[in-house]
Amino acid sequence: MKIKGTGAVVTGASRGLGAALARALAREGARVVLVARGADALGEVVGGIRSEGGEAHAIAADIGDKEAIHRIAGVAAAVAGPIDILVNGAATLGALPMPLLLDTECEDLERVLEENLVGPFRLTKVLLASMVLRGEGVVINVTSDASVVPYPRWGAYGLSKAGLEQMTRIWAAEIEGTGARIVSVDPGEMDTRMHADAVPDADRAALADPADAAHAIIDLIRRIETVTNGARVDLAAEVSAIRATVRA
Amino acid sequence: MSAALTTDLETTPFPHGAIVTAAHGAHDRAQLRPATWPRPDPHAARLLWIDPGADRFEHALVGGLPGLVAPGDLLVVNDAATIPASLLARTANGAPIEVRLAGVIPEMHGSKDDGASRGSWLGEADFARTHGSGDRGAAPGRAPGADGTSGGQATEKSHFTEENRAWAAVTFGEGDWRVRTEDRPAPPVLRSGERLAFEGGLTARIEQVSDLSPRLVTLRFDLEGAALWDALYRAGRPVQYSYLDGSVALWHVQTRYASVPMAVEPASAGLALTWDLITVLRRRGVQLARITQAAGLSSTGDPAIDAALPLPERFEIPQATVRAIDKAKSEGGRVVAIGTTVVRALEGCAALHGGRLVPGRGTTGLRIGHGHRLLIVDGLLTGIHEPGTSHYEMLRAFAPEALLDRAHAEASKVGYLGHEFGDTCLILGSR
Repeated sequence: MKIKGTGAVVTGASRGLGAALARALAREGARVVLVARGADALGEVVGGIRSEGGEAHAIAADIGDKEAIHRIAGVAAAVAGPIDILVNGAATLGALPMPLLLDTECEDLERVLEENLVGPFRLTKVLLASMVLRGEGVVINVTSDASVVPYPRWGAYGLSKAGLEQMTRIWAAEIEGTGARIVSVDPGEMDTRMHADAVPDADRAALADPADAAHAIIDLIRRIETVTNGARVDLAAEVSAIRATVRA
Repeated sequence: MSAALTTDLETTPFPHGAIVTAAHGAHDRAQLRPATWPRPDPHAARLLWIDPGADRFEHALVGGLPGLVAPGDLLVVNDAATIPASLLARTANGAPIEVRLAGVIPEMHGSKDDGASRGSWLGEADFARTHGSGDRGAAPGRAPGADGTSGGQATEKSHFTEENRAWAAVTFGEGDWRVRTEDRPAPPVLRSGERLAFEGGLTARIEQVSDLSPRLVTLRFDLEGAALWDALYRAGRPVQYSYLDGSVALWHVQTRYASVPMAVEPASAGLALTWDLITVLRRRGVQLARITQAAGLSSTGDPAIDAALPLPERFEIPQATVRAIDKAKSEGGRVVAIGTTVVRALEGCAALHGGRLVPGRGTTGLRIGHGHRLLIVDGLLTGIHEPGTSHYEMLRAFAPEALLDRAHAEASKVGYLGHEFGDTCLILGSR
């Protein structure tokens, strides 16, 4: 898929992988709409992209807020045109330090599902539909191996990502043949604030740079026509290869 | 499409009830009742099928639509998203008013500050100057079929909505949708240069007051880009009318494929189309294409403004849609407009280009009615409209008046519901 000239929405775009991906999409010539809760952090990323000559727009919104969804979709299409790329990157770990599932409060689980599963459902429902009508476009749902490996303490987050992946597969089955696409992408462990929140004593040197993961996702979007619709794409190997190339 | 989507819609064209052939000649003048809330199951809405060739009409259901169109037919939808275009504001003196945005001012004849193109929304003389011969003004009594179309393709630049353009807006005195527009108090006299303050801190300046009505103004907001749109979405509510039971949310007024926000009221014929129905239609060999059209206000309660509706509206026709229409027609398929806005965009574009469709952007004030020769569209799916409205006038280009009158009288008598969340009418020949 050609990225230049497309309208792209990235949620969770104020830091980590979302910010790196927004920068990378803008460098490829996409009109990028960045969504995150914090207006100040968002403004810094948008300013950085614009100073490089890229097109970026900020929408301060909580993806878990039902009332915000049509605002996000409407503002994005108003300023960037029909949205061809949606990256559902926003996610929360829930309570910190991450509790055992037996200690997880029901309300905390609900909040995680609202942010990581129901929010992406609502936004995708609006934006994927117009992609199906136009017969083009891709939705990238960012996931993690916590969706398939039962890591203790990753209960709420892991459940939400498992749900996101199954939602991706079902949507892919329903839109098969329309030209629109949806996949889940596991970028592997990255050196982000979210990772530090989850694993404070991790060896940061062993973690991938979010910019490398963003490059791997850009490559995936370019070749999305060759990827099975609905697939769970593990990009850890690609991210490591990019890292090795960059270091060399 | 996945086999998982197979539904009862496929097994019979009328899954929710049998066809009832209406008695012809029923001339009961019962009043059409409005739908007062969005219907949870759009497939169960009634569909009045008018077959002009056979001079007859039948009762069906929206879920039966796939049985009424034929393989090779092309449905064209308007994919404009609906803007929350009703904004509460205060004037410089602190007087509360309601502002209903009517649309971004088309600026197709020069620079942003071209006064003539701004004026095209505001008064007869300017409208005529911008749109051609002097007998084409946006005045009350403008003949249906008058060509108020204008091609903005050449000088429209960038995306439709990203520039900070002037908006046409209709102002109301204190109050909201719960009071009939006709009964709303007039706003205080507004003057060019006056500032308005909206909820959430958004502000705007009135640039011009129309000579059509002092309630019709152009205004320019003090924000632009994403900040402006974000503020509009935070401060605005969907435009709605007093026949509804409660305040509607934005999701109630969006079609299921809405994209770029250009409409100030929903392109409501499309509210009937679920993806389930679209999937069944596609599997039957019925294709789908899209245009984007800035559906405007349907009513303001101000007689002078209402007589001039619809105001000129912007549209965009993608290359893929022009190709799909050409292909359908060359293979004997019919073009069915989902909504009157689609008819105006397609016929408006064709009127501008010697009967041909040209991809791109334009503006149309085309009024379609009795005697109008349709160049592109063969059939129309629309709401149930009251005689005397501009929507009803458009139906007369598709079917003889006597048939429409009989069908409307019967629909009113048997309890069809009108307005944006109401029942549906299909005007299309049988195959």
